[in-house]
Amino acid sequence: MSGFLRLMGAMGEITLMTFKTIRELFRWPPEVRLTMAQLELGGVDSWTITLLTAIFTGMVMASQFAIGLEPFGASIYTGSLVSLGIVRELGPVLTALLVGGRVGSGFTAELGSMAVTEQIDAMRALGADPIRKLVLPRCVAMVVAMPLLTILADLVGCFGGAVITVFEVDITFRFAFEQMADTVGIPDLIHGLAKSAFFGYFVAIIGCWNGMRTYGGTEGVGQATTNTVVYISICILVSDFVLTRLFLAVYG
Amino acid sequence: MSHDDDTTRPTPVVPVVETENDWPPPQPVDYDQEPIISFREVDKAFGPKSVYEGLSLDVFRGETLTIIGRSGVGESVMLKLLIGLLESDQGSIVAFGDEVTTMGEKGLLGLRKRVAMLFQGGALFDSLTTAENIDYPMREHGWGTRAERSARVDEVLAQVGLPDPLVRKRKPSELSGGMRKRVALARAIAMKPEVILYDEPTTGLDPVNVRRINGLILRLQRELGVTSLVVTHDMDTVFTVTNRLAMVKDKHIFFTGTPAEAKAHPERYVREFVRGGLGIIEEDL
Repeated sequence: MSGFLRLMGAMGEITLMTFKTIRELFRWPPEVRLTMAQLELGGVDSWTITLLTAIFTGMVMASQFAIGLEPFGASIYTGSLVSLGIVRELGPVLTALLVGGRVGSGFTAELGSMAVTEQIDAMRALGADPIRKLVLPRCVAMVVAMPLLTILADLVGCFGGAVITVFEVDITFRFAFEQMADTVGIPDLIHGLAKSAFFGYFVAIIGCWNGMRTYGGTEGVGQATTNTVVYISICILVSDFVLTRLFLAVYG
Repeated sequence: MSHDDDTTRPTPVVPVVETENDWPPPQPVDYDQEPIISFREVDKAFGPKSVYEGLSLDVFRGETLTIIGRSGVGESVMLKLLIGLLESDQGSIVAFGDEVTTMGEKGLLGLRKRVAMLFQGGALFDSLTTAENIDYPMREHGWGTRAERSARVDEVLAQVGLPDPLVRKRKPSELSGGMRKRVALARAIAMKPEVILYDEPTTGLDPVNVRRINGLILRLQRELGVTSLVVTHDMDTVFTVTNRLAMVKDKHIFFTGTPAEAKAHPERYVREFVRGGLGIIEEDL
């Protein structure tokens, strides 16, 4: 029962932080410099991990599908299945899990260190709002960065899948790419990218929320950072199901 | 060169080293005036742990009030309650005639312009340089032009004894503990606040820096009429800067009075505490 109450309390705190963040979003002037800095840290610096994850995921998927579909004489559809799976599901989710773990834990560690050294209190005492200075730039940066990283993951994942399909199914690159392009439609892209924007927001808000409530010195920072990775992973997987059902209901 | 020649040289001017007793006593304060800050019957608890029960205290304009007590009794909590960093569970806190406990964001922003705080560890922002740290509150409050703010940064750095231009560009990690604390103090005084809250201003500093900080507290009071609330366990600081001290014990203000009154207080606990007597430990337990 106490665990359930804690969960409800946490969700309440995150919801409240969300409202405050949205309110700050519309206050002038925007924190452009801080947001750009976070965009670089959370987005630009995450492209290698995204690229590596996506290319191998595409290649593994193609290998499995090519073999799995062969008994049914359907291995020719490997490229279609890989591209659809990556664009709608694996691209956004794997990118969010990998980048989220990296960036979200970083947010918690940074803000947690600030909290335990009273820097967040100092910020408030000096007349600045930590939500505006710390949370909003990170949320905006991740909402922008995560779909961009997902586009990269989609492209690279499909390329990896195409390479394996060419070798396993004995088709040409041109055919593989045309098949992928024919299979993936605009709704599929929107489906994946919209989910990734939500994931980006969840990564930032959970990372910030858990960082700002950190206490207990360096040990507390370590604990909070570990917890953030767990919370973000669970949140992404659960929200993926909810968002997938929602988008399927809208786009079919 | 002969030995005799040496004696003809002018004697070098040796800087006079100030002794511990060089600081003049704090400026006397008129206690007949209305207090500018009042805590009334304040309760505060963190979860099941109660820190204050019915705490009341007045602070008068221009005084340096030192708050003392055994470690962990929550002296610092009082400072955070005053500027709305923490919320009290019950009671009233009035600053400059306005109730702090019901103050909105705008009110708190105005209050924090007038009341600055020096945090225990300095709480400088790691990602900013010394100059940017000091500039931060001025920029946030829209104080002056960039050139005026830059001049003010130089001015306050000189006030805290760090006039070296290289210090401006250094990040907190490149400063010593004493320098960090002095930069934090420079940041606190940059906006020319009426009240400064000091949370353990001299903890962890060498005797030279302790004296320097004490001198600065005294100078701010004497020259600018700044009101100071100082939470400290350093009795040298208490006896150097204090007009009046308040002792926190049993979740309320147990004693207020001058350091001399504390030394001669009929209650053994007060007497022993200010002279660091070990006898009170058993009593405390």
